[in-house]
Amino acid sequence: MTALDLTGLEAGPAQVWGGIRLVPLLRAEPVAGLRLTREAYGHPEGAEVRLAGRARYTSYIPHGFVADWSGEGPGAAYGTTLGDGVPDRMPLHRMAKRRPGDRLRFLPLHLALEGYLALHFGGPSVAWEEWSRTALRDGLSPRVESAYLGANVPQLADALRVFEILPGQCGVLVYAADALGAAFAVPHPDDYRALHATLLQDLFGELIHQYALYGRPVTEFTARLDDRHIRSLGDLRAAARGQERAWREAHDTVLAAELHATPYTFSRVHRMGGFALWRFLPPFQRGGAGRHIGETITDHQGRVAYLKTFRLSENQVRRGHLLRNLAAHDWHLGRCAEALGATPEELTRRIRRAGLSGLLRNPR
Amino acid sequence: MAQESCADLIAAEDVLLFVNAAVTATGQREFRSAAGEQRLSLAFLHAYVRVNYRRVYAAVLALDINDHNAALVIRHLLASAGEADAEEKRAEGRLIAARLAVMAPQRVYRLLRALRAAKVNNRRTRAIFRDWLAARPDPAFDAVKYRGGLKAATRHAHLPPVEAELGDFLFRPGRRARYAHPLLDAHRRAHYEQAAVFELPFTVAEGFAARHGIPRAVFLERIAPRTTRLERLRTQSRAGAVPADLATMPLTRLALYVLSLGLDERARRRGELTGALRAAALRAAGPHAGTWGRISAVLDDSYSSSGSGQKRRRPLAVALACHFLLEALASGGAYRGRWTSGGGDPLLARPFGATPLGMRVLDALDDRPERLVIVSDGWDNAPPGLAGEVLRVWRRRLDPERRTRVVHLNPVYDADGFDVRRLAPSVPTAGIRDAEDLPALVEIAQFAEGRTGLAELYSYLDRRTADFTGSSR
Repeated sequence: MTALDLTGLEAGPAQVWGGIRLVPLLRAEPVAGLRLTREAYGHPEGAEVRLAGRARYTSYIPHGFVADWSGEGPGAAYGTTLGDGVPDRMPLHRMAKRRPGDRLRFLPLHLALEGYLALHFGGPSVAWEEWSRTALRDGLSPRVESAYLGANVPQLADALRVFEILPGQCGVLVYAADALGAAFAVPHPDDYRALHATLLQDLFGELIHQYALYGRPVTEFTARLDDRHIRSLGDLRAAARGQERAWREAHDTVLAAELHATPYTFSRVHRMGGFALWRFLPPFQRGGAGRHIGETITDHQGRVAYLKTFRLSENQVRRGHLLRNLAAHDWHLGRCAEALGATPEELTRRIRRAGLSGLLRNPR
Repeated sequence: MAQESCADLIAAEDVLLFVNAAVTATGQREFRSAAGEQRLSLAFLHAYVRVNYRRVYAAVLALDINDHNAALVIRHLLASAGEADAEEKRAEGRLIAARLAVMAPQRVYRLLRALRAAKVNNRRTRAIFRDWLAARPDPAFDAVKYRGGLKAATRHAHLPPVEAELGDFLFRPGRRARYAHPLLDAHRRAHYEQAAVFELPFTVAEGFAARHGIPRAVFLERIAPRTTRLERLRTQSRAGAVPADLATMPLTRLALYVLSLGLDERARRRGELTGALRAAALRAAGPHAGTWGRISAVLDDSYSSSGSGQKRRRPLAVALACHFLLEALASGGAYRGRWTSGGGDPLLARPFGATPLGMRVLDALDDRPERLVIVSDGWDNAPPGLAGEVLRVWRRRLDPERRTRVVHLNPVYDADGFDVRRLAPSVPTAGIRDAEDLPALVEIAQFAEGRTGLAELYSYLDRRTADFTGSSR
């Protein structure tokens, strides 16, 4: 699998609020045999997840999603409580955890972020003299990235509040100043209605926050009918239908191109009957279009049933790019610099500026 | 029309804009704007029109503007008396008196308090309120039900109480051992006697009932004869309450009540509710019933018609009420209503989904109606702006002779635009608050089409003013 197959999800007419544009994703019919529910956690701040080995993942984790592929329809997920419930200060176990029955609990976005943070987490694989002792002993640990909470992205809360959910809507694309910030898709319209507001508790990249804060209101792409060839009501109706089609095509090829056309690196997290849960990383090439990490559930034909993405900031892309290249050249500064068309000194400077100076022997 | 100057056109536009705002805006939260934004926007509009078109500012009191704006207009007119000459003041005084006479008393008392806070206490103000208080049917009832209001009014307008007993009741409670007026005495006894509670008006009795610990069901059952029509409507779902008589309810109020019920209950009481809505619509249509020819309507039941916490489902209720009213206005079954969601059962309408107004307008035009009425908040978003384009092309290419008359009624004031939101420049738009005013609003909306000038608009306002001040004498 190298690209997202968004067959079955069609872009609907966008709704604009200030600098935020929300584009609904519609399904003609829901994905059969898969439902998503949400389970809320009592103490989202500083929640801890135990990963494989001794690794820990700490973040703001307000909820987890429970995927149910038993085909029995929606029901309360095991462990769901009404009201305040139990004070679960207990660390969560694993990013994705099988539940009794055909159920899987996973932590949306954190699953993808963890994949990004764990990129070459082990650190230098060969003890070249440039690398520090801690880097050789602990790898990149502790590896830290920051993001903004959806509620703190200006205007996003209002945009989501006044958004009119369409019949059959199964997802949404969030744009700030027309930069794609997040994609979210679920298998069933009812799931979407229940999860629409959870976008406020999602993580958004730095760029989206800045664009929403400083960007001017975006303009609506209003319909324009060419009235020269309209002779009857039928013509008028055809022209109106044409507008809907034109918008869909324009959106998919211009606005959402980075989602449709980018080749991603997928790794499977869990197999769930005919479905599979994946997380993916973008090619870390600098410059150009936005880079998104995310997770997706695909059906047996590889079509997307569930999707959630996070747009990396430029610095995050840069870090990924450096780590990928260093690892590809066995962490040898000279060879890596040569491959990047730079001198070792310059590469050292770039590593420092990317915030990875702890890896180097002489941190300055 | 050619010789009409630019200033006249702007004036006509300003007047219509203000009328639309005064009909729809209530200073409360709307779906898309907060209460503060609404009030700020409205305050500017009031100041702008009062300074530039004082005569019009007073004359809108004769139109079907809402009570919130009527109170604001009266307050500003009284506060800025110095800007008017003697003739204007006389006309304003007549309009204010006529408007106060039809306003709910609690709103008048609130207006008086606002005037007091603003330190407006000129001779004209005092005289107007003296006359209004003198015309109240029972001062003792006001003293019990609107005690604070009447007290403030008496004090502010320097009025001696009508009777000594009333003065003691308001200003020296506890002075008299008993009152001659039964209501005043009931209020005294209600402090210690449960039976006396049920002789008081509902709102006053509620407080005493809580103090005496009377169970709610018992209270509602025994207080029933003392409740007003709306109080009965509000409490009727509670245990012990007497069912309200739906047949006498005003149309929009009834629509709001219907929408407040669950879908199951609406389906169960379908016959009763539909009958009540039809009866109310016929009453509202009055002499116009059955005279409008073939009508098609596009009614907005998108998610935004759920209104806000303060105006719950108001836009949807207006649409529902318009549906039944237009049905009554159309001649013999020549009416077809189309909801934006595509639903066919108006009684089970619920606010959900986007607003594909353009497609519904096309559907409605398919019926070849004589009139097309669009009831929507003007946020056409699936796809955006299609309704305006469809109407523009229709007018320009397919119906240049204007066989179909199109009017857009908008229940939501857009604070940023200082007006209700329009669909297209070629379509006249009018604000609407109560569906009952629809015939009058359609008349006003014709001025917005730009084919009638300022002079006609002024003569229309004069006619309405004369009707209003003449009829209420």
